Amino acid sequence: MPKLAKNCIAGLALILVLVLSFPIAVLAQSEQAITGTLRVEINEERTPVAGVDISVVQGGEEVGVETTAEDGTFAVTVPGDGAYSVTLNTDSLPEGVTLQADATETLEVRVESGNNKAVIYRLVSGDQGETSAFSDQAGKVARLVSNGVRFGLIMAMCSIGLSLIFGTTQLVNFAHGELVTFGAVMALVLDNGTIPFLVAAALALALAAGFGAANDLVIWRPLRKRGTGLISMMVISIGLSILIRFVILWQVGGDRQAYSKYRIQEGIEIGPLSLTPRDLIAMAISIVVLVAVAYMINKTKFGKAMRAVADNRDLAESSGINVQQVILYVWVLGGLLAGLGGILLGLDQQVRWNMGFDLLLLIFAAVTLGGLGTAYGALVGSLVVGIFIELSTLVVAPELKSVGALMILIIILLVRPQGILGRAERVG
Amino acid sequence: MDILDIIGSALKAGLRPETAYISLAAIGLNIHFGYTGLLNFGQAGFMAVGAYGLAIPVFAFEASLWVGLACGITASVIFALLLGYPTLRLRADYLAIVTIAAAEIFRFIVRATGLREITGGSNGINGFSSGFYEANPYTSSVGFELGFLDFNYTAREAWVMTVGWGIVLTGIAFTYFAINSPWGRVLKSVREDEDAVRSLGKNAYSFKMQSLVIGGVFGAIGGMILALAQGSVQPSPVDLGPTRTFLAYAALIIGGTGKLWGPVAGSFIFISLLSFTDTFIRSAQAEGWIDESFIAPNEVGIARFVILGIALMLLMTFRPQGIFGSKREMALDV
Amino acid sequence: MSRSEAPAEIESKPGATKPDPILKVSGLVRQFGGLKAVDVEHLEIERNKITALIGPNGAGKTTFFNLITGFDQPNAGEWTYNGHPMKALGPHQMAKQGMVRTFQLTKSLSKLTVIENMKLGAANQVGESLGKALLPFTWKKQEAEIERRADALLDRFNMSHMRSEFAASLSGGQRKLLEMARALMAEPEIVMLDEPMAGVNPALTQELLGHVKELREEGRTIVFVEHDMDVVRDISDWVVVMAQGQIIAEGTHAEIGANQEVIDAYLGRHHDEEMSSDKAQESGTESFSQSEPDENSGLEKESNDE
Ligand SMILES: Nc1ncnc2c1ncn2[C@@H]1O[C@H](COP(=O)(O)OP(=O)(O)O)[C@@H](O)[C@H]1O
Ligand SMILES: [Mg+2]
Repeated sequence: MPKLAKNCIAGLALILVLVLSFPIAVLAQSEQAITGTLRVEINEERTPVAGVDISVVQGGEEVGVETTAEDGTFAVTVPGDGAYSVTLNTDSLPEGVTLQADATETLEVRVESGNNKAVIYRLVSGDQGETSAFSDQAGKVARLVSNGVRFGLIMAMCSIGLSLIFGTTQLVNFAHGELVTFGAVMALVLDNGTIPFLVAAALALALAAGFGAANDLVIWRPLRKRGTGLISMMVISIGLSILIRFVILWQVGGDRQAYSKYRIQEGIEIGPLSLTPRDLIAMAISIVVLVAVAYMINKTKFGKAMRAVADNRDLAESSGINVQQVILYVWVLGGLLAGLGGILLGLDQQVRWNMGFDLLLLIFAAVTLGGLGTAYGALVGSLVVGIFIELSTLVVAPELKSVGALMILIIILLVRPQGILGRAERVG
Repeated sequence: MDILDIIGSALKAGLRPETAYISLAAIGLNIHFGYTGLLNFGQAGFMAVGAYGLAIPVFAFEASLWVGLACGITASVIFALLLGYPTLRLRADYLAIVTIAAAEIFRFIVRATGLREITGGSNGINGFSSGFYEANPYTSSVGFELGFLDFNYTAREAWVMTVGWGIVLTGIAFTYFAINSPWGRVLKSVREDEDAVRSLGKNAYSFKMQSLVIGGVFGAIGGMILALAQGSVQPSPVDLGPTRTFLAYAALIIGGTGKLWGPVAGSFIFISLLSFTDTFIRSAQAEGWIDESFIAPNEVGIARFVILGIALMLLMTFRPQGIFGSKREMALDV
Repeated sequence: MSRSEAPAEIESKPGATKPDPILKVSGLVRQFGGLKAVDVEHLEIERNKITALIGPNGAGKTTFFNLITGFDQPNAGEWTYNGHPMKALGPHQMAKQGMVRTFQLTKSLSKLTVIENMKLGAANQVGESLGKALLPFTWKKQEAEIERRADALLDRFNMSHMRSEFAASLSGGQRKLLEMARALMAEPEIVMLDEPMAGVNPALTQELLGHVKELREEGRTIVFVEHDMDVVRDISDWVVVMAQGQIIAEGTHAEIGANQEVIDAYLGRHHDEEMSSDKAQESGTESFSQSEPDENSGLEKESNDE
């Protein structure tokens, strides 16, 4: 079966491209370490704490001492699996920063199965006792809303691609989160000090767009030609998601990593809000990009063709639109937007191998909320979900904040299956 | 390295408790997806509900394991009803999204620090299984050797295997009788076309709900076997997160969806394959064939997920009817 | 056959009252966006008669069927079946009460065999409850009886030789037959057939018409959508004409054939002012102007049921 062979080779080629995209071993780590990041909340901003000594002891013998870096991170290399006690030297803490009242300076940990072990110290800033001018409820709400908008805008960029791909091909792409991770990780890999970060980010975006195109050309277009069913395609997208995710894990390791620049920034006070220039730039970029996408969808020839394909594929085809090409462009756009979303998210929360997958369910929530297949729906849904997530921390623990968003996903489906802006489905 | 030894140990792994609980999860998915066409992407959630349902009463309330068993099953029924109520009227892809979301919601909640007293938070729960192992009739290792095949299991493993595989066989018998009845005929018809079923006066919604509950209970029992085999439940993504669900899906598809023995055959083949690769890479490293800078020792575990991903893609593309499926079925599989 | 003559007391006008209506519809409206796909002021279906529902493509016949069988929800309107209001019921509940329909785009269960398809149709099966399903002795006897009935029906529809084939391997016409036979397994009081003859070979059509008449002799009521005027003339006791969602005429076949409004509707001269021209196009009303009251016009359209 030569066709089968061809497809297999194409698939392998994709994997190869994926693997070769990483400067192998630059980032792969082969040593075990006890790691962590010291941060303290100042004005609702998690600020890294540098210059703190962390020592690791095993069986009474000191294994290593490290001092936290500029970004608050530390990694003490350990000889292997086993029990260690980790101690934070409180004397080395900067002025005004202390351990949280109920926390101890020495932690007993086990390093297991060849993995790194992360430890967490909860620090508080001394001036926390003082009531700051904006610690009242209204100020808090304003801050949460601003965080929500910021996160929602980033999420919107990730969601629009998913929604447009669904609109034009009916595919629910479970591998969309990996497009997000791919962009973020490529920027990380290219951001190795030799080129400015912005150049690295631009190159990463080009790669992300290419990756989107490769997804369509290598996998989805041939599958559409084969007439593979939508449910099969959905399962295939899951396989693809797992494959890409774990290849990325293999290549970049399991830790959170930050871009070289923009790590620590002073907040700018705007009313009750404290935003770093990085946040402001991220929001500005998101808004500009989203406006551009809206313009493209509404005004350009491509946008019209895309809407025609989404509306009725056969009709679009017979009226002379090159449907396969439109779909390819949608994938390019989707890869580009997701990649940009990934980079902005990486700036915000650092880069991690499963960042996109962790975001995927929230993206689904946003897209379902707005109505699958519509770009505006994805935007509105993302903002609603972003703001909702942040506001929910007023009543639930922050670790549970995405639970609320997933709950509204389910509730929305209960009351309005087609989403807020979606159209009712054709019945019968 | 000795390839026969690796094959032997892979086959041995294929009978281990892991295969039994994946089989149970896949038997559940077979009822959902194979016979009813329900796309449940949250089977790991059912497993988690079962595992925690079993462990919490023992851990937090010092109840007996039997109470835990009853709680686990009841909880999974309730979970299915809660999930099914909003989604079973919706399109298949919505069910998929909601089930995966619900499974994650459950995992996030049991992981929460605030619930540490009850669920153990992110450390999970240990030490609830002593009652189970006290009942272990085996006192020493069990098994036999045959050439390069070494099927010896520790007494502990053998006990979990006895119980686990016993339940798997019961599950197969259940599926056999249920599916070859008028009830099963309605289920299969729902898979083919719900509206046709409705137009003939059958409540398709109710049948889908029954299917969701029953397949979910199988998943929950699988989760209990997992908890007992490991002696702990952990809210980790690998144990009870989405990849666990898709491992079960891969097993089901390999064995053949909608086939009685599909889940079991597929689980055996897939777990053996994963074990084979794992051992193979490790011995290749020991021999120095694979450089550590290419695959570090702590990265070997990643291989099974890479294979999982590839397997799902290739199977769904080229053999959606399973590796034993016939051409004829393939033709029907439009 | 004397029965095919319309009862003298029924007026030939839209919404006419009938002496013994099994189904009464009033004020039924279904809108899709700005388009009123169904807008039926009043319609009664006479018991134990064969009623043909005709009208150009896009007239709203299928949507009308969907509404009264519970597969779609109206924006407004009521209907009663045997005097019971039906609006609140789901499709399966309506079917249980004896109102069974077939679909224009056939819904055969591809991966089930023909005989399994048939057996599914039977109502009140003991073995369909899970508790009993696991105890075969509770349902085996009923199952044998159902199978006997299914085989008899298959024989009647000339499909016995296909008994163990997967439904997926049937031709479009055969699927239509299977679906009709399967509906009869449910022993309905009223059968609603949406274009049952489309795609069925002409030789078989004659036989099928015979079966439909037999159904009436058995005391059932039949409503069917059909484009072939010969068929309509041959078997229907009463003809209802729909266009642009409304009932524009009712009467015997002869009366309908002479009705100017009906001819206009088919020739596309009748035009609804409310409807903007591009909406009309979207909704398929454009095909009005091309479709003539030609007997074959129904055959080539919309047989895209694969
Ligand atoms: N689910 C739907 N959504 C939007 N428009 C619909 C839908 N179903 C039917 N229509 C429109 O309603 C009108 C009536 O369609 P239909 O009932 O199928 O006509 P018929 O069966 O008489 O050919 C058509 O214009 C059709 O396009
Ligand atoms: Mg129709």
